[in-house]
Formats: sequence, structure tokens, C-alpha cells
Amino acid sequence: MVIEISCEEVWREVSNYLDREITPQLRARMREHFKGCKHCTAVLDGTRNVVQLVGDAKAFVLPAGFSDRLYQKLDRKLSKDRPS
Amino acid sequence: MSAVAVRTGLRGTGLRVDGETLAGTKSQVEPLESELIQRVLGGQHEAFRELVRPCERAVFMATQAILKNEADAEDAAQEAILKAFTNLPMFRGDSKFSTWLVRIATNEALMKLRKERRQKLHDSLDDGSKNEKGDYVPRDFADWREIPSEALQTKELRQALSRALASLTAKHREVFVMRDVQHFTIEETARLLGIRKSAVKTRLLRARLQMRDALAPGMDGSWSTGRREYKQVRPW
Repeated sequence: MVIEISCEEVWREVSNYLDREITPQLRARMREHFKGCKHCTAVLDGTRNVVQLVGDAKAFVLPAGFSDRLYQKLDRKLSKDRPS
Repeated sequence: MSAVAVRTGLRGTGLRVDGETLAGTKSQVEPLESELIQRVLGGQHEAFRELVRPCERAVFMATQAILKNEADAEDAAQEAILKAFTNLPMFRGDSKFSTWLVRIATNEALMKLRKERRQKLHDSLDDGSKNEKGDYVPRDFADWREIPSEALQTKELRQALSRALASLTAKHREVFVMRDVQHFTIEETARLLGIRKSAVKTRLLRARLQMRDALAPGMDGSWSTGRREYKQVRPW
């Protein structure tokens, strides 16, 4: 039998749930809670999506001219330095 | 070259970089990468460009995620790359070069951030909504089941992501970025920042929920349609 868990407890553990940093017992309680709570399911799905979105390399782009400025600076250093 | 030497090169920031502990002792350097490193060390400095080029984006992401200002992030990214050149003889090859470089960039950004913090005693960023126990309470329960991966192509979503990230406090942002953008483990994040694992978890929860609150209403298509108001997508 799975002991019930409140929405507040679920919110406190939702991140650990995604990272699998909780006990199997707590995981089972949370899974049971998600079945009947659309609010917490929305929080779980949204949080998971945030993690996937920001983990995607396409989420961040280089500013225009970044590489040019970097290599100009690097060239100036390379022309006068060598690794010591 | 010892781990101490690597730390010495990056000393004075509170960030502990220990390639041996993080990456194990087996060499993880790709053959081409290793060859490029040897060429640079042998005096062919132009090979350093080839070495750095594939890492540019990751380096900028690392600094941008920690520093809110794009110009500061670019400056820190450049400094990190120059520092990597100077410290290349200390790179032992027990992690990928890109990982080592990203750590230096993270370190550089944190150093800049701490300098700013010292200048500005109070962090004025939004502190989010808390209940009486100090927990973060989700503000929005919008149903957000679809991941619109094509939406990442849109400038609107990328801007929204940057704004959401900038709305986090510095301590939450650095944990969130290390864990979810740079994919360090909880243990590695704790070690790099010199905080407990439990603190990483607490800050990560707060950051993820706050990011979700900031982004969830936009996932109804308003970015792709260009509408200013959000369409209701709540299932109740």
C-alpha cells in the first residue's frame, strides 16, 4: 500500500524525482500522486521540459562577431606569447 | 603535471578544479585533440585556433549563463580562452580539452560575478514566491506537455530563455547552469562550487521551478505566433 503524499511535498521533491535522487518508496508515492493530480503533473512535465530545453545546444547562440573578436584578441596574444 | 598545478593556475576564485577526481585517471583526449595540443606546445601556436574553435559555443554558454550581461560574458569567455592557452602545459589530458576549457570559463565567470557581488552588497534579483517555510511554490500550473524543439530555432524562445535565466538569483543560476546546461553531476557541481550536495539540490529545485514558471505560459505558441498575450492552455 502506498502512503499518500501532499502537493507541497511533491513540489519539494520534483527536481530530485527527475534526477532520480529519491528512494524507491518516495518515487512510488509520487508516481501515485501524479496519477490523480493534474496540477502536479503539469509541474513535473514543465520542469522536465525546462531541463530538456536548456540542455539543448540550440538554446543559446553566439553573439554576432564573437568569433572574429575572439580570434583577433587571440592572434594578438599568440604573436607575442608562447605557452610557458 | 599534478592536480595541484592545475589548481594553482586557477587559484584565488574559490572554485576547485580537480581533473583527476572529476574525470578519472584514464586519458580522455581525442587523438586529433591530443595532436593539436602537442603542436601548440611545440610552438605551432596557430593550432590553438583549431583546438578552440569547436568549443567556442560551450565556453560562451558557460559564461553567459553565469553573467547576465552579454558583453561581460564575452569578455570572460575571451579571458578563459587566453588563460587556457597560457596554462596549456598544465593540461594533463585526463578530461576532454573542451571540459577543461569550460571549467576555466566557469571559473572566470564566477570570479567576475564575485567581484561584482563584492561591489554590490545586495543582490537585487527577484527572490521568487515563498511560502511560510521558505519553499518555492509554483505560480503557474499551465499544462506544458509538448516540447516544441523547433521552437528553439526562434529568436523569441531564446530571448525568453535568456530572460528567465537572468531572473534567477546568482546562486541559483550558477547551480542551474552547471547542472542543466553544462551537465555536471550533482556531486561535481557541489565540488566545483564548494557547497554541499544538499545545497545543490535545494537551489536546483528552486531554479528549475522558477524557470518553469517563467517559461510555461510562453509554451502555448505565443512565441511562434508572435502574439503578445498568452493563449489559455490550462486543462481546467
